[in-house]
Amino acid sequence: MKLTVWTYEGPPHVGAMRVATAMKGLHYVLHAPQGDTYADLLFTMIERRNHRPPVSYTTFEGRDLGEDTAGLFKSACQDAYDRYRPQAMIVGASCTAELIQDDPGGLAETMDIPVPVVALELPSYQRKENFGSDETFYQIVRALVQPMDRTPQITANLIGPLALGFRHRDDIEEVKGLLYEMGIGVNVVAPFDATPKDIAKLGQAHFNVLMYPEHAETAARHLERTCGQPYTKTVPIGVGATHDFVAEVAHICGVEPKKDLSRLRQPWWSKSVDSTYLTGKRVFLFGDATHVKTAARIARDEMGFEVVGLGCYNREFARDIRNLAKEYGVAALITDDYLEVEKAIEDLAPEMILGTQMERHIGKRLGIPCAVISAPVHVQDFPARYSPQMGWEGANVIFDTWIHPLVMGLEEHLLHMFREDFEFHDEAGASHHGGHAPKPLSEAPVSDLVATEPEVPAETGGDVMVWLADAERELKKIPFFVRGKARRNTEKFAAERGVSEISIDTLYEAKAHFAR
Amino acid sequence: MNQPTHIAGATCRDAPVLKERGQREVFCGLTGIIWLHRKMQDAFFLVVGSRTCAHLLQSAAGVMIFAEPRFGTAVLEEGDLAGMADAHEELDREVDRLLSRRPDIKQLFLVGSCPSEVIKLDLHRAAERLTVKHAPHVRVLNYSGSGIETTFTQGEDACLASMVPVLPKTDARELLLVGALPDVVEDQAVDLLTKMGIGPIRVLPAHRSAEMPAVGPNTVYACLQPFLGDTAAALDRRGACMIQAPFPFGEEGTTLWLRAIADEFGVDDETFARVTDAPRARARTAIANAAKALQGKSIFFMPDSQLEIPLARFLTRECGMEAVEIGQPYIHKGLVGPDMDLIPAGPTISEGQDVDKQLDRVRAARPDLTVCGLGLANPLEAEGLTTKWAIELVFTPVHFYEQAGDLAGLFSRPVRRRELLKLEAAE
Repeated sequence: MKLTVWTYEGPPHVGAMRVATAMKGLHYVLHAPQGDTYADLLFTMIERRNHRPPVSYTTFEGRDLGEDTAGLFKSACQDAYDRYRPQAMIVGASCTAELIQDDPGGLAETMDIPVPVVALELPSYQRKENFGSDETFYQIVRALVQPMDRTPQITANLIGPLALGFRHRDDIEEVKGLLYEMGIGVNVVAPFDATPKDIAKLGQAHFNVLMYPEHAETAARHLERTCGQPYTKTVPIGVGATHDFVAEVAHICGVEPKKDLSRLRQPWWSKSVDSTYLTGKRVFLFGDATHVKTAARIARDEMGFEVVGLGCYNREFARDIRNLAKEYGVAALITDDYLEVEKAIEDLAPEMILGTQMERHIGKRLGIPCAVISAPVHVQDFPARYSPQMGWEGANVIFDTWIHPLVMGLEEHLLHMFREDFEFHDEAGASHHGGHAPKPLSEAPVSDLVATEPEVPAETGGDVMVWLADAERELKKIPFFVRGKARRNTEKFAAERGVSEISIDTLYEAKAHFAR
Repeated sequence: MNQPTHIAGATCRDAPVLKERGQREVFCGLTGIIWLHRKMQDAFFLVVGSRTCAHLLQSAAGVMIFAEPRFGTAVLEEGDLAGMADAHEELDREVDRLLSRRPDIKQLFLVGSCPSEVIKLDLHRAAERLTVKHAPHVRVLNYSGSGIETTFTQGEDACLASMVPVLPKTDARELLLVGALPDVVEDQAVDLLTKMGIGPIRVLPAHRSAEMPAVGPNTVYACLQPFLGDTAAALDRRGACMIQAPFPFGEEGTTLWLRAIADEFGVDDETFARVTDAPRARARTAIANAAKALQGKSIFFMPDSQLEIPLARFLTRECGMEAVEIGQPYIHKGLVGPDMDLIPAGPTISEGQDVDKQLDRVRAARPDLTVCGLGLANPLEAEGLTTKWAIELVFTPVHFYEQAGDLAGLFSRPVRRRELLKLEAAE
């Protein structure tokens, strides 16, 4: 048993639902009690889908348990087929039905359902959502893919995008664009919008673009083995990664790596003078492994940030992330316990978090700006506008998204100069975050403002460290967005020298020391 | 007193009920935790369940709760399924860890889930064992919020019912109000009754364990929510006596509910009028404003919150709507009977659900407004139907006079919105 408050991943059958909901002409019969239908609202409310997920639940109740739950499953299966007439079905059990051991796969086999029925074995008490999506897609591919001749023209399958994915809808368009530049066509995109009949045609393509390893790596390996299709290893998120991706595709296909960079603005935006303030901003990264990996490279090489910590919640990729962390000289945090993530962030006191919906909460609590880079996400992360993460436009989008939570370059200077100004005062926060600004100085009692200091708690090691009143006042003159850093640096400096009382001099000596 | 005299002919109470069994599109009782954990400020709700339970709570709460929540899930793992003794040891360890980290907790609810029921994990015994271990600082209780036993709001019922046997005993004649309401509404109810000279008034659940009410043979109680059947039965077993009335939604419901209590306490008509006339008039005005958009419109209730019958009474009688079907997860006539008496026979009354068949009926009827759960709302909107998702009815202050206009507003807003939007190109 393990106590959890929020979770990064749902159960594996939710992963299966994400595959089923992304596809067309497929129906999922899930042996489950009534409460499990909550999962529908992930799609209809969070993703604002305009139709119900193609899932029928058996909805067994307590009084059914001593009786015929297997019969309930079979009638639900038959009803679902008769009503929806899918091209193929998948059947499985949720965590509760797993315990009553009805074997949906075996039961479905005894029925006369005239379309392929794929049985899923998703061990709910060991595995999680991403395993569920990867395994489900693999089982569907394994069952349905047919040997076929290659298309005359060079084509690729795009595999991995699914329902509830972080910007999957728009990433597909970007990747298609990158391929078309090189004269490469798209055979099938799956699971997103694919039908079982499309899955059968996967073998026609010359290679696979593995867009999200979390959701389709097992299928990609299977297709490599059985259909002789190589698959791409680079995920084209960020400018550098997109260049690498184009090179990799060109190499696989033996074509010229053609690129249309006319819409790519990120590199110039990043080089422009206004971006100087981004230099060395300390960022902490957490999310799914693929997005964290690509985000780390963007943060360091394309934004000029300092990566102070990184991690992922999906243990399947723990080794990758540990290697990556080594490369960045930081410790990897592999956990699905959000309290551990919160602790790590508190300790590292970064100036920005790049994370998930969970880290958005943590950031809010700790007063640290946060941009979302990975699922799990909120309804606001399914925007109406086009906003991919992949490709050239994805790089532009990421630049905007990441700098938005931060105070802008020129504004930083205004905050330094006009600290007592009623609109630029200390507690007002960034001017473009109107909603978060606390009441103006004139309305707040002065004692309140002096007393509230929601910053990083003082690190008290062996010696108790005391801030003298003068130094404390001086510290408060430093704008809020660098104050945590100043406090931390000063205390570190003092601790290294065995100084237990911090004066104004200590503060400025530390400043000089770290400004080297 | 509550029998209306002006309705001729049969009412909904006598109408045949369409009972359905099939796929249900409702939350399970675990979701009651979402509001109960904010209501009882020194309580913690520990679901003993699966990853699905944790994910459900997260999704149902929309990850909206920024304060550290007072609930969590002890996620069962492979090992816990193998041996019962182990599961109990694991549970004790997690509880110890939790209570040491959160010394503010005075009441701990072990909440049963589908998997814990199926493996027959005895949480009642665990609660007794843990109570002994952590007394007197923490009291440990248990109830089931599992989807194989309970639906959505029934979780609150199970929780409150679990508290009744351990409430202290009293012989005093007291009024007990039963049901978790937003504080502002609870205060209004207590205020209205106090002004009539009724008291002492207790509320279940109280904000803190130290304020929990006592109960005994002279206690009279009134339910604030129509889903508290088990709690009512548990109170009856303690000798308390229920005041039956329609539920306090809208001007009429609130008046009848207050009147029933006033009668029990011998409040005269003049006092009753003095206390209620002004808020009644305000409520009527507010409803009239919001109800303009609802007059003559048809409404279809999918089963969800257990509030469907009282709301149908409010919307048909006070807002001029016409009910096509009123579906409730289960119908407890001992609670909603007085509301059913006020609705003339006509609409289909359905209990339980077979969601596909019910959706076929919705599509055939094409009601002006469909009340349904979150999983169905957007798909129905996409089909051109106007919906009101039921969850706001549980989370928003909607009871009593001052909220009567807001309650009507919850239903009129989607209708007005559909009339406001002009998204198609002019032709």
